[in-house]
Amino acid sequence: MSAEARITLTVNGREISRTAGAHLTLLRWLRDVAGVTDPKYGCGEGICGSCTVLVDGQPVSACLVLAAQVDGATVTTAAGLLEADGSLGPLQQAFHEKHAAQCGFCTPGMLMAAAAALADGRRRSRQEIREELHGNLCRCTGYAPIVDAIEMAQELRWPQAGR
Amino acid sequence: MAAGGPVSADGAGPGLPAGIRTSKEDELRVVRQPLPRHDQAEKVAGSTRYAGDLAFAAMLHARLVRSPVPSARITARDAGEALAVPGVVGVLFGEDVPHNVIWVDVPGQTVEVAALKASMEVLATDRVRFHGEPVALVIAETEDALAEACDLVAVDYEELPAVFDPDQALSGGAPAVHPQGNLLGEWDIDLGEVDAAFAAADVVVEGSYQTQCVDHAYLEPEAGVGWLDDEGVLNLRVATQVVEHYRDVARILGIPEARVRVIAPYVGGGFGGKEDMTVEPYLGLAVWRTRRPVRMQWTRQESLLARPKRHPMRLRYRTAATREGKLLGQQVDITADSGAYAYLSALVLLYSAVHACGPYQVSNVRLRARCAYTNNPPTSAFRGFGGMQVVFGYEAQMDLLARQLGLTPAEIRKRNAIARGDVLPVGQVIETEVLLAQTIDTVLGRAGAKPRASGPRKAVGRGIACNMQSYGRLVWLNDSAAAWVGFQLDGSLSVRCAVPDIGGGQASSLAQIAAEILCVPMDRITVHFGDSALNPLAGTTTATRQLLMSGNAVYEACVQLRDSVRAAVAAATGEPADSLRLEEGMVRGQTGGMRLADALLACRRGNVPIEALGTFFGPKGKPVVKNLRADRVFPDFTFGTHLCDLEVDLDTGQVKLLGYVAAHDVGRAINPRSVQGQITGAVAQGLGMALLEEVVVADGTNLTSGFFQYLIPTATDVPEIDAVVLESGEGMGPFGARGIGEPPIGPPAAAVASAIQDALGVRPASLPMTPERVLECLTRPGPGAGPSA
Repeated sequence: MSAEARITLTVNGREISRTAGAHLTLLRWLRDVAGVTDPKYGCGEGICGSCTVLVDGQPVSACLVLAAQVDGATVTTAAGLLEADGSLGPLQQAFHEKHAAQCGFCTPGMLMAAAAALADGRRRSRQEIREELHGNLCRCTGYAPIVDAIEMAQELRWPQAGR
Repeated sequence: MAAGGPVSADGAGPGLPAGIRTSKEDELRVVRQPLPRHDQAEKVAGSTRYAGDLAFAAMLHARLVRSPVPSARITARDAGEALAVPGVVGVLFGEDVPHNVIWVDVPGQTVEVAALKASMEVLATDRVRFHGEPVALVIAETEDALAEACDLVAVDYEELPAVFDPDQALSGGAPAVHPQGNLLGEWDIDLGEVDAAFAAADVVVEGSYQTQCVDHAYLEPEAGVGWLDDEGVLNLRVATQVVEHYRDVARILGIPEARVRVIAPYVGGGFGGKEDMTVEPYLGLAVWRTRRPVRMQWTRQESLLARPKRHPMRLRYRTAATREGKLLGQQVDITADSGAYAYLSALVLLYSAVHACGPYQVSNVRLRARCAYTNNPPTSAFRGFGGMQVVFGYEAQMDLLARQLGLTPAEIRKRNAIARGDVLPVGQVIETEVLLAQTIDTVLGRAGAKPRASGPRKAVGRGIACNMQSYGRLVWLNDSAAAWVGFQLDGSLSVRCAVPDIGGGQASSLAQIAAEILCVPMDRITVHFGDSALNPLAGTTTATRQLLMSGNAVYEACVQLRDSVRAAVAAATGEPADSLRLEEGMVRGQTGGMRLADALLACRRGNVPIEALGTFFGPKGKPVVKNLRADRVFPDFTFGTHLCDLEVDLDTGQVKLLGYVAAHDVGRAINPRSVQGQITGAVAQGLGMALLEEVVVADGTNLTSGFFQYLIPTATDVPEIDAVVLESGEGMGPFGARGIGEPPIGPPAAAVASAIQDALGVRPASLPMTPERVLECLTRPGPGAGPSA
């Protein structure tokens, strides 16, 4: 059997410390060890983006890094975008209003890619938004509603930006 | 608050066919509103628990060992080494399965068509027929032990001759995939005087077209968790479009159907790929054998390798027309590759046959459609279900005719467009309004002027494509759906209906229908869906049938419930029942009325139920025979037109999509944003098929078993799509809605081909239209440029 490791991550503001196989990817560690299931397994090879999370603010395919590599890091998943009272954050609200989730399976990863892109506060054109999403596959929406939502989120969060 | 009142739609309006429940736009308060869906709130919060997200303490894990070869005899199987891995609980072979057979039909909902008496083993015992066929089921305490043990299950294969091309499979001397031969299904249409029609024609055009094998590639790979509950019932919570597969699992395990329950949580995409069973029988076996909770999660590789895909089809068309462009006759020959097992191939091919002449009036038709077994991966249901591949053929023929006759593509289509009262080649009369010509005008109007080329070595093209696609199941399958609707004492509403919600807003639409009829606010309605034991069965989320079927069931239940409440209030107040209207929180009469809470109390005092069960039965018809001739095959059809603008790089063959418009008559849009979502999503999936996607199988070995090799469109590959919703109000669904799940995937490949033809003068005849194939067009002599769409 493979070696075990104690790993501590701060996930959506909550410190989680667990001993588990040192070979586990961040995705398996989150889902199977820590019970954090909003990052999804879609391909396991870093193509589909369904497992995208923020590690210390940077977007990462959780299926491609080992949990042990990011020991001590701060991890944000889609649930981490909620407001303190549990209501939807601005990006989530925009996704909801614009029907940006159909089956919803790509949504947690898509939200994190969008959150990472919007973090610099720069207003993006629709084409630039599409380019930011090239690492996240969606099979239901045709992407336009997701682009609509991110445009709307730019308005909600940075109404002055670019004017 | 809300005014509204009784929906003026309890029956057919004047002049409408029976079964149409049309509605007046200005009387609808909730239906037609682009409301955010309740399921989307959970999905964006990250809190939706998909099939693979559930976990139990002390849960086991299960995985399949699959055949690495496409055709072989199994000569030995040994689980010894695998069982020795610490943590391995069991290794099951076919002999361990109580009834080791999967039948292809959906029990209880289908009749036996001769071609469908086919089956496959749950776990292969002595023969494998495709790369990826399940041979053993391994169960272990941990994923790691499972992975190690799967590699140690020893299976010896003696390779056998194989066949990989459907035409070869049907020619003499090909290796037999199954003992009964390689012809799986065959349908013919012989209508009118075909030879005379062709002899009398002013123009005859001919073409051969090849569509490819593609994968559903939903983002959620097949997954589920199973357990035994306190009643000893086998529970399977799985990603599925068909909760009724509990019957198949019961049959395989040899236990009563009442002992198996399938729960479908929100599904991460289906598109037909979760219509046949995936994890269900294996999870069922593992739980039944171990008596412990078990999870099975397929890898993406397994999903791409082993689950049935879309049929590649070889289409040969000859089309005869008059000088004026009026169609005189069609000769169609279709060969489809069914892969190694039957699944739903015979029915897919039937859809191809019925849809093969498109939305055009033609009275002389000779059609031969055959599907063959090969040692390729099996093919089965995929959005469009055989009705979509043929669009690539019949629309190419329409463009060819237009060019020969000097007509625009729009004009030739309008001259032949089907209208209400016309008869399809199979014999079915079109009973509802057809807005095909309006969809053509709409896309042309919305698109504006054709774009200009961005440089000297670039060519711009515009193409259009029309289609028709059935909604609802084949009429001899005795389709039905049931739904239960009940008021709670506080006036909130529960809807129970076992419809699987695969992302199209299936559950949310039911809430919107109930909100319209019963005047309960959307946030006070809960829809309980996708559970075969606790909810009334609503049938499969396939065949673009759920809005028609479960939508009508909810509609019927709500009308019953509304009338019960009105009757009880009438009895209590003395007001005539038909003068009472439901409003939010009120039953309003001419002289006042009653608060809803009091009305519900009055119901209970008067022994009037405050709940209702609605069952909707689909239109009926007789089963068809091989030579197709029927008064009715499908309930009805949805029509639409797409327009595509693109630019071809003349040096690289690269196609850049510049603009896309898609218009469909959906009868009535229950939720217009959900409808547009279906259209844009189907267009994107169709554009993937047009330009990018192909399951590459080399001598039976699937070479595209990862998203590295199997490319689906990204956000930068898909253009902005203008999805236009037209509403004739004449569908057979609630309020006059038509189905829209499958129809918009038909036109994209044909629209792109049409635009490339407009740009280059030559049309690609094979999919996908890769840069290599487009460049090939440039070196091939073509008929030259014709009028644009």
